[in-house]
Amino acid sequence: MRAKRPGYAVFAEKGIEWIIRLCGISAIIFVFGIFFFVFREGGPILWEKGTDFRLGDFFTSTDWYPTSMENKRYGILLLIIGTFTVTGLSILIAVPFAIGGAIFLSEFCTGKVKEWLKIIIELLAAIPSIVWGFIGITVINPLIQSWFDVPVGLNVLNASIILALMAMPIMVSIGEDALKAVPDNYREAAVALGATRWQMIFRVLLPAGKNGLLAAVLLGVGRAVGETMGVLMATGHSLNNPYVKLDGSFNPMWMFESCRTLTATIASELGETSVGSPHYRVLFLIGIVLLTITFIINLTADLVVKGIRKQK
Amino acid sequence: MKRIKQISFAALAAASLLLTGCDKKGGDAKKNTLSIQNIGSDTMVNLAQAWAEAYGKAEPSVSIEVAGGGSGIGVAALLNGTCDIANSSRHLEAEEVEKAKAKYGAEPKEYKVGYDALAIYVHPSNPLNEISVEQLSDLYREGGTISKWSELGVTIPGAPDEIVRVSRQNNSGTYHYFREAVLGKKADFKKGSRDLSGSKDVVELVSTTPSAIGYSGIGYRTDKVKVVKVSKKKGEPAIEPTIETTLNKTYPIARPMFFYTPPNAGAHVAKYIDWVLGKDGQAMIAEKGYIPLEAK
Repeated sequence: MRAKRPGYAVFAEKGIEWIIRLCGISAIIFVFGIFFFVFREGGPILWEKGTDFRLGDFFTSTDWYPTSMENKRYGILLLIIGTFTVTGLSILIAVPFAIGGAIFLSEFCTGKVKEWLKIIIELLAAIPSIVWGFIGITVINPLIQSWFDVPVGLNVLNASIILALMAMPIMVSIGEDALKAVPDNYREAAVALGATRWQMIFRVLLPAGKNGLLAAVLLGVGRAVGETMGVLMATGHSLNNPYVKLDGSFNPMWMFESCRTLTATIASELGETSVGSPHYRVLFLIGIVLLTITFIINLTADLVVKGIRKQK
Repeated sequence: MKRIKQISFAALAAASLLLTGCDKKGGDAKKNTLSIQNIGSDTMVNLAQAWAEAYGKAEPSVSIEVAGGGSGIGVAALLNGTCDIANSSRHLEAEEVEKAKAKYGAEPKEYKVGYDALAIYVHPSNPLNEISVEQLSDLYREGGTISKWSELGVTIPGAPDEIVRVSRQNNSGTYHYFREAVLGKKADFKKGSRDLSGSKDVVELVSTTPSAIGYSGIGYRTDKVKVVKVSKKKGEPAIEPTIETTLNKTYPIARPMFFYTPPNAGAHVAKYIDWVLGKDGQAMIAEKGYIPLEAK
């Protein structure tokens, strides 16, 4: 028999249901809102007349002189090179550690150690990026200077180390989930066939969990591309192509050159531009480029994760 | 539309604008504490802070809130009506004066409050003692030819020959002034300089980098860097940035510092500016390492 409920309770429940529904779709509203806002601020530069902006030069020119008096130039090629260089190197540094960490967490460690490790890794993720920037300037900068005997320690390597540390926690925890998702009978079958633990991990576990691990890496990449304050402080923020020497030849020491990223450029310049000026709009256009890059990365990661679910 | 733009700008420009902005009316309503919002130049922020603290002791009924960020941020706040005094290490541009006229119906008031000598900093181990404005231009200008210390006639013990140029982000007041005074109005900076976001950051990076050179306000001088004398042209006497050489204009790269206020600023703001321009305020400038309007 159904218990009779007072009228207000029914209404209250309906109301709460709606609030929860609203919360659920709010993420969608925000994402579209952000896209709309950024496009509205940055878009007009594409069709506004009388500015020095050329879409062709935007992606191909290395000249970034948005505040020049005579000859304003808006080329972001160096910024794109900077972003991809720093991100790429940081992922190279982070991946071995992250996958090793994920394997250790899911296969080897148990009980208290595991609990503590997880807490500490989460703590690593919670350190604000400006603090990482400080560490880059005050700790890593002098270390790089003295170890590698280079003039400035604010460079690609410094920023990549910081980004690697920042991207690692998310890679470890998602990677661990991916390995846990591999069914136990795979492990049991391998061990039953006489495989050692190492063989089991290398020949069975990693191939079986590779999609999940790839997704973990891609989410780490997304984190690294979007990072701002840390790289602003640690890269040296210099308009510079790290791969090219002054005389135009390839620079094998590119790791020790300064560079500049898309995100750091927005952070350092947006505050002082006047609203609606071409410089302001171009900075928003850079925002659109960034959004597109992270969107593609996240989408790929999602599709890869979907791939795992289907396999099961 | 306009309102939305203002909100979005404030959010992006600085959270502090949002937190402290538009507080004037609230301050007026509370009878005993009048507040003055003072925003702008990164070069002047230490000085503005010191003035505000000292004035708070002399005149407890007025509280002054100081924020830095850069001359551009101060000017933007002036144009948006979110500050009472904008600090700027450069003149307002014609375009900005027009915008202010459109908002207030009159030009903003300009007060010259002191001078700042732009010092050229190098590492203490650097034997360089003087440099000419021409050499600085060749070093920093797009198309300039100097890139090695040997071209300036020095070798730094234990450091590479390549000069590490330290500069500022491209819309700082100091960057604009340096471009105008050293590189020439139509010129641009050479790519590859380390562009830092604060006056203090420049001095810090130079202090840890033996092969670096940088420019920043004389107020940021520390014991860990060396200030190089500057001459107008090679062969002319090199001048050290001091109060005397700045006031008699022999030091070639010094600039005035300004307060800008809306034309309708309250009496308490005018009183504060009088104090800054008076004996106590001016004494404080020299104390903080900047240059007062007149030598004692």
